[in-house]
Amino acid sequence: MPTVSMTVNGKSVSAEVEPRTLLVQYLRESLGMTGTHVGCDTSQCGACVVHVNGESLKSCTMLAAQAEGADVTTIEGLADGDVLHPMQEAFRENHGLQCGFCTPGMVMSALDLVQKNPDPSEQEVREWLEGNLCRCTGYHNIVKSILAGAQALRG
Amino acid sequence: MTGTGIGASVKRVEDQRFLTGNGNYTDDINRPGQSHAWILRSPHAHATITSVDISKAEKADGVIAIFTGADMAADGVGGLPCGWHIHNKDGSPMLEPGHPPLAHEKVRHVGDQVAIVIAATHDAARDAAELIEVDYGVLPAVINMDAALAGGTLVHDDVPNNRCFDWEIGDKNAVEAAFAAADHVVSIDLVNNRLIPNAMEPRAAISEFDRSSGQYTLHTTTQNPHVIRLLMGAFVLQIPEHKLRIVAPDVGGGFGSKIFHYAEEAILTWAAAKVHQPIKWTAERSESFATDAHGRDHETHADLALDKSGKFLGLRVATKANVGAYLSTFGSSVPTYLYATLLAGVYTTPAIYAEVQTVFTNTVPVDAYRGAGRPECTYLLERLVTKAARQVGIDPVALRKMNMIQPDQYPYQTPVALMYDCGDSPATFESALKASDYAGFGARRAAAEKSGKLRGIGISTYVEACGIAPSAVAGALGARAGLYESAQVRVHPTGSVTVYTGTHSHGQGHETTFAQLVSESFGIPIDQIEISHGDTDQVQFGMGTYGSRSLAVGGPAILNACNKVIDKAKKIAAHIMEADVSDIEFADGKFTVAGTDKEMAFAEISLAAYVPHNYPIEEIEPGLDENAFYDPLNFSFPGGAHICEVEIDPETGDTEIISFTAVDDVGRVVNPMIVEGQVHGGLAQGVGQAMLEGCVYDDAGQLLTGSYMDYTMPRADNLPNFSVATQSVMGASNPLEVKGVGEVGAIGSPPAVINAILDALAPLGVDDISMPATSLKVWQAIQESSVRQAAE
Repeated sequence: MPTVSMTVNGKSVSAEVEPRTLLVQYLRESLGMTGTHVGCDTSQCGACVVHVNGESLKSCTMLAAQAEGADVTTIEGLADGDVLHPMQEAFRENHGLQCGFCTPGMVMSALDLVQKNPDPSEQEVREWLEGNLCRCTGYHNIVKSILAGAQALRG
Repeated sequence: MTGTGIGASVKRVEDQRFLTGNGNYTDDINRPGQSHAWILRSPHAHATITSVDISKAEKADGVIAIFTGADMAADGVGGLPCGWHIHNKDGSPMLEPGHPPLAHEKVRHVGDQVAIVIAATHDAARDAAELIEVDYGVLPAVINMDAALAGGTLVHDDVPNNRCFDWEIGDKNAVEAAFAAADHVVSIDLVNNRLIPNAMEPRAAISEFDRSSGQYTLHTTTQNPHVIRLLMGAFVLQIPEHKLRIVAPDVGGGFGSKIFHYAEEAILTWAAAKVHQPIKWTAERSESFATDAHGRDHETHADLALDKSGKFLGLRVATKANVGAYLSTFGSSVPTYLYATLLAGVYTTPAIYAEVQTVFTNTVPVDAYRGAGRPECTYLLERLVTKAARQVGIDPVALRKMNMIQPDQYPYQTPVALMYDCGDSPATFESALKASDYAGFGARRAAAEKSGKLRGIGISTYVEACGIAPSAVAGALGARAGLYESAQVRVHPTGSVTVYTGTHSHGQGHETTFAQLVSESFGIPIDQIEISHGDTDQVQFGMGTYGSRSLAVGGPAILNACNKVIDKAKKIAAHIMEADVSDIEFADGKFTVAGTDKEMAFAEISLAAYVPHNYPIEEIEPGLDENAFYDPLNFSFPGGAHICEVEIDPETGDTEIISFTAVDDVGRVVNPMIVEGQVHGGLAQGVGQAMLEGCVYDDAGQLLTGSYMDYTMPRADNLPNFSVATQSVMGASNPLEVKGVGEVGAIGSPPAVINAILDALAPLGVDDISMPATSLKVWQAIQESSVRQAAE
C-alpha cells in the first residue's frame, strides 16, 4: 500500500493506505481525527468540509493520495487550547448547533466564506451554505452565527 | 439564584466538544480487535429467496464470517417486535406478521437485509458481499395502498388484503346525526406525503461479546437505549438485561428515526457471539434512505358538518395509512392514538368519528417522524377549516375564532378520548395575527400584484399531545410498555452533582437544560453539575427521548429526586445545627435555621453525608444519592398559531416564504434560547414537508428518491428567518409546568404554508395543491388554471 504524507493542523503526518482511500477516511481512520464527519455518499451534505491549502473542500471528494504534501486544516485545528476560534465562539454564542454532526463542516465552510467575503450579507451566507446540510437548526441560528463570526473576525 | 436556573438562556454545555471536533459519535468509536460488517440488501421490492450461495464470498480476502437469515432462523432468533397493540373495529387483534432481522425465504422491500458479511476491513466486507450469489424469485410489488387493499399480491401471506388493522374511534351515530342536521358539508381529500427523516448522522453500531462474562455490549445510534435493551434482549435474542449493555453515545439527530429497534442492532449483537470479536457497522446514506423508517404517508377523506352560522357540528374522517413492509416499533400507534385522538384540534366540534386502515406495502416500514401523527392531523384540520371558510363564505380568522375552545372551558374533554388539561388558543392566535400584521396583508398583496407577483397568507392553529405518556392511559390504549421516566441525582462529597437520566439527548441540549433544573433546585452553579445519559450500565432505567417527553416526563423525575436529596439534607442539617428539622429552610444553596443566623452550605451538608462523624445515623443512612421515577397524570398539550406569507412568481412558479410567524404555547420555558432553536428546526422540517420533500417509489418498488441528489432536503437558501415567540399557559399536568417543544414546529407549519400558497393562487381558481408544493407543481397549477380560464 502506498504511503501518503501531508501536514494536518500544522503537524506532519504519514500513513499507509489503499489507493482508493478518501481524504476523509485518511483523517478519520488512519489518523483517528474523528471531528470531520461523513453524512452522505454523494458529496451533498458538507459534514466533511476541511481546508486543503487554504480552501474549503469536501474531504469525501478527494483521494488521500491527491492530498499528498498538502496543508490540511480540520475542525480540530481551530481552537487555541480551550479557547475557541471566533467563528466557533459565534456558533456557541448564537446556538448555531444542536446535534453537532454537521457543525464541523459548517464552521470550516463559514471560515472559507469570510476569508473570501469578510462582510457577507445574510443572503450571501445562505447561498454559500448550498453545500452544507443541517437537519436540526433550520439554518436560522447558523446564519446568525456566521454573520456574528464574520463581524468578530473583522474586529 | 445562580443565573443558571430555570428561565435563563444558558449557553450550551455540550457545545465545546461539538465545536472542537471532540464529539463522540458511534462511528468515531473503535474497539480493540474490531471487525467490520457490510449488510447485503435486497435489490428487489418483493421476491422469494430461492438460495444464497456464499461459497465464493467466504473465500475472499479478509472475510471472517457470513451469516444469512437461515442461520438466524436455525438459532431460534425472534422477530423484531411492535410496541403497540391495536384492535380492529370488531375487537379482533391487529395482524402482526413476522419481521426477521435477516430476511428468511422472502424479501419485502428494497433494502431488506439478506446477509451480513464480517471482515477485517470495511472494504473487504463490502467487496466480498458482491461475491454472494442470491437467487431471487422476483414477485410483483405492491406499492399503492388501494392496490394493496384490493389483495392479489400479498406482502405477507398471512395478511389478507395487506390490511394490518381497521380501527375506529369516536361516536359514529352522533356524527351521522350531526351531518343530517348540517346546513353545510365541506369535504376534502388529502395526501400526507411520505418523508425520509434524514438525521445527519447515519445509523451505526458496534457489537461486542465478552466470552469470560457472557456480557454483550452494543454501541448504537438510538434515542432510547433501555428500550432497545428491552426489545432486543427480551423479544429477539433472549439475552437478560444484566448481560446486555446498550450505549448510545453522542447521537447526531434522531427526529424519531432512531427510536426504533432496527434489524442491524440484533444482527450485529447476535453475530458478535459467533465471531468473538467486536463488529462495527455504519450505514452509508443510501442505506439510510432505504432502511431508516420513513414518516407520514396517509391518504385521507374528511367531511366537516357546519350549521348556518359556521359552527362545527361534526367531523368524519377516513384514513389509509401505509405501514410499509413490516410493523416497525411504533408503526401501529402513530396513525391511530397519536393521530385521530387530536381530531378535535383547537375546536369545540361536538361529534367526531374516524376510521383508520393500515396497509402493508413493499416499502420501508413507516413509523414516528417528528410530530408522529399530530402533523397529519393538523394538516387535515387546518386545510379543511380553511376550505370551509372559503366554501361557506366566512373569513378564515372569524371561522376559527367562533369555533375555538375558550380558556374557561379547560379541562376540555374531546369526543376522541383526550382531555386537554389547559390552554388558550385564542390568545396565541391573536398574538400571531398581530405579530404577522395580518391586518395589513391586503396592502402587501396589492403591492405584490403591482410587481406582477401573487401573494398569499395562510393560517394554521393547532394543539398537540406530548409528554408521552401516562402509563395507565397508554396501556389502556394498547402500549406494551410503561412510559414513565427515571432519574438518579448523585450528590458527591464535595457538593458537585451527577444526574443520571433515562432520556437521551441527540441535539436537544439536555446536558444544559437538565443542569438548569438542578442548578435551580440546589442553588449551585451549572459547572458543578454533570448530566449523564445513554448508557444502560450507568443509568438505572429509562424510556428515552421521543414525543417531546424529555423535559415533561424526565424533568419531573429529576426534580423529584432533587427534592428527596433536599429532604434528606435537611435532616442532616437539623442534626448538625441542633435544630428541629421543621425549622430548617433551604434556599440559594444554603440550609438555615429559621429565626437564627445559623447556616450551612450545600457542600458542607454533602460532605457530612459522606463523612458522617456527626450524623443522625440512627435515623438516616450516610450518602446523598436519590432515585425517582415519574409517571405523568396526563399528556401535556402544547399549542399555538402559525402564519405564513408567500409570494409566487406566476411565470416560474417560484415560491418564496416572505415571512413565517409562530406563536407557541409550550408551558414553562427553561432555556429560551434552546426552545427557539427547537422551534426553528421543527419549522424547517414542516416547510420541507410542505414545499420540498417527498419520498417516491416507482411501481416496481424501487426508491427513486434514494439520495440527496433526488430527495430535496431544505437548504439554507430555501428557508426564511423565522419569527418565533412563546406565549404560555403554564402546564397543568406536571410539577415543572412544562409542555414540550420538540415537535410543535413540524406540527403547526405545513398547513400554514399550503394555505398561504392556495391563498395566493385563489384568484386563478386553484383550490388544491398537494405537498410538496414545489415550484414545478405551483407552475403546473397556474398553467392548468390559465388553460381552464381561457377555455371558459
